[in-house]
Order: sequence, then C-alpha cells, then structure tokens
Amino acid sequence: MSAVEETRRSATLAEPSLWSRLKSNRNWLAIWFMLPAALFLLLFLAWPLLLGIWLSFTDARLARPGNFIGLENYEWLWDDSIFWLSVFNTLLYTIVASIIKFAVGLYLALLLNRHMPFKAIIRSVVLIPFIVPTVLSAIAFWWIYDSQFSIISWSLRQMGLIQQNINFLGDGNWARASLIFANIWRGVPFVAITLLAGLQTVSPSLYEAATLDGATAWQRFRYVTYPLLTPIIAVVMTFSVLFTFTDFQLIWAMTRGGPVNATHLMATLSYQRGILSGRLGEGAAIATAMIPFLLAAIMISWFGLQRRKWQHGEGND
Amino acid sequence: MTDAVAKAATEEARADAKEGMTYLESVPMRIVTLWLPLGLIMLILLFPFYWMALTSVKPNAQLIDMEKHNPFWVVEPTLDHIKKLLFETNYPTWLWNTMYVAAAATFLSIFASVLAAYAIARLRFRGAQTVGALIFMAYLVPPSILFIPLASVIHFYGLFDSPLALILVYPTILIPFSTWLLMGYFKTIPFELEECALIDGASRWQILTKIIVPLAVPGLISAFIFSFTLCWNEFIYALTLTTSVQNKTVPVAIVSELVDGDVYRWGSLMAGALVGSLPLVVLYAFFVEHYVSAMTGAVKE
Repeated sequence: MSAVEETRRSATLAEPSLWSRLKSNRNWLAIWFMLPAALFLLLFLAWPLLLGIWLSFTDARLARPGNFIGLENYEWLWDDSIFWLSVFNTLLYTIVASIIKFAVGLYLALLLNRHMPFKAIIRSVVLIPFIVPTVLSAIAFWWIYDSQFSIISWSLRQMGLIQQNINFLGDGNWARASLIFANIWRGVPFVAITLLAGLQTVSPSLYEAATLDGATAWQRFRYVTYPLLTPIIAVVMTFSVLFTFTDFQLIWAMTRGGPVNATHLMATLSYQRGILSGRLGEGAAIATAMIPFLLAAIMISWFGLQRRKWQHGEGND
Repeated sequence: MTDAVAKAATEEARADAKEGMTYLESVPMRIVTLWLPLGLIMLILLFPFYWMALTSVKPNAQLIDMEKHNPFWVVEPTLDHIKKLLFETNYPTWLWNTMYVAAAATFLSIFASVLAAYAIARLRFRGAQTVGALIFMAYLVPPSILFIPLASVIHFYGLFDSPLALILVYPTILIPFSTWLLMGYFKTIPFELEECALIDGASRWQILTKIIVPLAVPGLISAFIFSFTLCWNEFIYALTLTTSVQNKTVPVAIVSELVDGDVYRWGSLMAGALVGSLPLVVLYAFFVEHYVSAMTGAVKE
C-alpha cells in the first residue's frame, strides 16, 4: 500500500506546481466534505456530551440554567438507595441478558450454519424481532405478561402446572426476569446473524481435516470454530453489552421502573429524575455515572480488535 | 464408459462439497440436533408477532373470556380495533410523523455520510485516520446518556416539540454508522477509475457524483434501509423532545397516548403495534440481503 503511494507521489512530483496545488487543495477540500457530518456530530453529539457532564455539577432544571453546585448531585446519589438499586438492576440485567444472548445466539448461529433446505428464508425470518420497533414488540410482551389474561399463565394453568396466574410484571423478581427474557428475545437475532456471518468465513475443509484427525464435535467447535470466531465475538458482544446496559425502551414500555422501583435501570431512573421531575442536574449525574461502565465495554472491544490484527498480520483494516 | 463414471464421480463430489459433512449424520440425529432446537427457537421468536396479529383481530369478548374459546385461535375475526385506531385516534398523524421524520433524517445523514466517507477513504487529508476513529467513537455513544443535555440544547435552539428537532437529532445516531459502512464500500472501488477521471479533468465533486456514488449503490441502499429502520425504532429522543399529541411518532404515541386504564385497550394497542411494524417488515422483506450486509458490515469493519 505505502509503496504504491510512494510511486504515485513521485509520479506527481514531476510537475511541482500541479502537485502543490493538489496538496493544498486536498486538506481544504476535505474540510468542505467533512463539514455536514461534523456539524451534526458536534452540535448534537459532542456538545451535549460535554454539557451533560457539566449539568451533572449544577442544579439546572428544564429550560432554566442552573448554578454550579460541585459534587452535590453525586453526594445525593451516593446516599440514595434507589440509585444503588438501579445500578444493581442494570448490572444484573446486562450480565444475565448478555451471557444468555451470547450462548443462545451462538447456538442459533451454529444451527443456521448447517446445511438445510430453505436456509435463506429461515435466516431472514430469524431477524424479524430485530427489525420490528422495540417498543412495539415490548407492548406485545406486556400483553403476554398481563396479570389477568396472560397467555403463559393460561397455558400453564391448562397444563396443571400452576393454580394461580403468575403476576409477571407486578412482582419485583418476576418483573426483572420477564424484562430480561424480553431483552434476550430481542437481542438473540442480532448476535446470531452477525456470528453467522463470521462462521461463514470459516473454511469447511478445516472441519473435514479435524474430523479426519478424529476430533469430536465439541473439539471441532472448541479448537476450530471458537478461535477463528473470537475477534467477531469480541465486537458483537461489546455492542450487545453496550445496548443492553443503556436499554431504556423495553423497561419504559412495560414497567416504567415499577413495581416500586424494582426494575429501574440507570437510564430509566435518569429519565424519571431528569425529565419527568425536571431535575436535569440529578438526571445528568445518573447518566454521567454510566460513562465509566461504557468506557470499560469499549476497552474490551479495543482489545478484541487488537487481537484480530495480531491474528491476521499487519496492515489489516 | 470411463467418461460416464468419471462424470458421475465429479458430480457426486460436487454434491458432497455442497452438503459438507452432513452425510455423516443420520436422519433421527438431524431431527434431534437441528430441527427440534431450531423449531423451538423460531417458535419463541415468532410467537409475540402471532399473538400481536391475533389480538388485533379478536373481538373484545373473546379477549377477556379465555374459557369459552381456545385463546390461541379466533372465531369471527373483526376489524373493529384497526378501524377504531385509524378513525378515532391520531394514529394516521403519528404514522405520517414517523415516516416523514425517518425519511428526512435518513436523507440528511446519507448525504453527510457520503461526503464524509469519501473524504476519509479517498481524500487522505491530514488526520483522516483520527477523524475516522472519532466517528467510530461517536457510534459508541448511546442516546441514553445524551437525552437530558440534548433536551436543554434543543430548548436553547428553540426547536423543542417540533419534528424538525428529531430530524436534526437522529443523524447523530445514523451518521457514524453509515459513514463506516460507506467507507468500507468506497475502499473496494478501484483507485484507477478515479485517476482516469482526474486526468480527464474531472473535479472531486464530479468524481463523487458520477463515479463513486453510482458504483456504491448497493452500499447506499444498505445504509438507507438500516438508517430508516433505526429512525423508525427510535424512542428515547422522540419521547424527550416531543410533547404535543400531533407531533409524536408511533412508538412514543402508542406508549403514552393509546395506553389507558380500559380492559378493552389491548385490541387497539396490538393493532397499533402491528400497523406500526408492518411497513418495516415489508421493507425488510424486499431488501433482506442489503439489511444483513448492513448489519454485519458495520460490525465487521
């Protein structure tokens, strides 16, 4: 790549005036080309990100700028049991849902990677939960989890497994489990389809060679599939963790943090405090408290990408 | 004779290669290890949609009486819920808002992304690598930590509670994603085409519009479909930035306007969810391959 660049450069160097014009143009031109994207990202992403951190140190309210109050918001949160409950819920939600999403997603990807009729159709059907707006499928789950007319309770009663309806969203632990299930339901297709794309790049001859050497199905997975899939697993899981950690829609559509704050995640709590109660400063402090966790997730992705470079040799973008 | 045998052998080998090592598996084994788990997962993945569709055509009486009729089926389906939704609520307005906001935000972001991706992938200006990395970082900033400051920013610009606010805010989600996707596409277009055009005296703008964009159409479609879906899906910004009934998008309106204490609300709620999802599912059905390549492409890059 760099060699080609060198020859191209020396070729253009033959005419210094043209080259210098082109060079000065290039950076100038790039500014114009980058301008629309940069404007959007600076005005509505970078600026709010910084403003959010600033707001967390103020007592701002909606449509009214606040005064600097130092760490007071954070001190409040430190003594607030609901905030700690939301941290616990967020971690529980993220860890449990991500692990199950990964396990089921990988399993589904391995199934879809096998030879079968109607493969393309099955693959596209699997992705449907990911296409449908989350809020709309959450509403469907809300109805499935209804305390009186739940189809799950009805079926279990018909089978004689339970006597009374399960109060899916009315009981703290049931509500957590129900939300985690809905999140897994929505996340599995994404994990499965992206991992499937990774699986399809693994050459079948590797499996044939391994089989000839007497490898069992588990060994083929552990020593052939898994190592080759590691880089894409790292990226997919980082995204999955990131989106689960910051999830808002599912919870807001189904429980709004209830019953008695049992299902509040940090995102929903920050919406409730920041927008509904109007205490922007406090909401911003909760949102800012999420950043360290997100940075940790990004670091994992970065190390995953490093490993990929190492596996494929240098110069692989 | 030998020719025929050789031909048969190669055909067999070809079929063999296509099926991989499946011949090693017996039929019952295949059923237990493949079809059974796959069927179960598919059933769970699709059941909520079946339930959504079924509820939206079920008469109210059957919705709350689960003993007389089997709840898994419907007798005498009705269109009442859908009719109520379309004629007695603001649903058409919400649908129009969603579509209009999604289309406008997608166009804006694809325009900005094409320019940015071309600049990063081809202009090789000073700091292009850094800018690319920054854009990738922007991809990782979730809306959940931005909506509070964004609400005050939008207030400051005087755009609160207008579709324009959403149209301007959504590109922050879409631009990072589509720029990365398009950078990948642009890199596959040979440099030589561009050099020829430069020698023939084309400007960078002409190269972009006459050579690069037409060659990157599949990538553009992928970016377009995916961005449109993301916009349609978006919830937290729409919830925060719009307050009046006629400015809401479908996801927000369903949660905040259609939900009331009525036991009979389920029919119209499910109808609302169904009608709100259908356009995306239809779009998806036409562009499955583009959709999958957008999703996996953005992750792989």
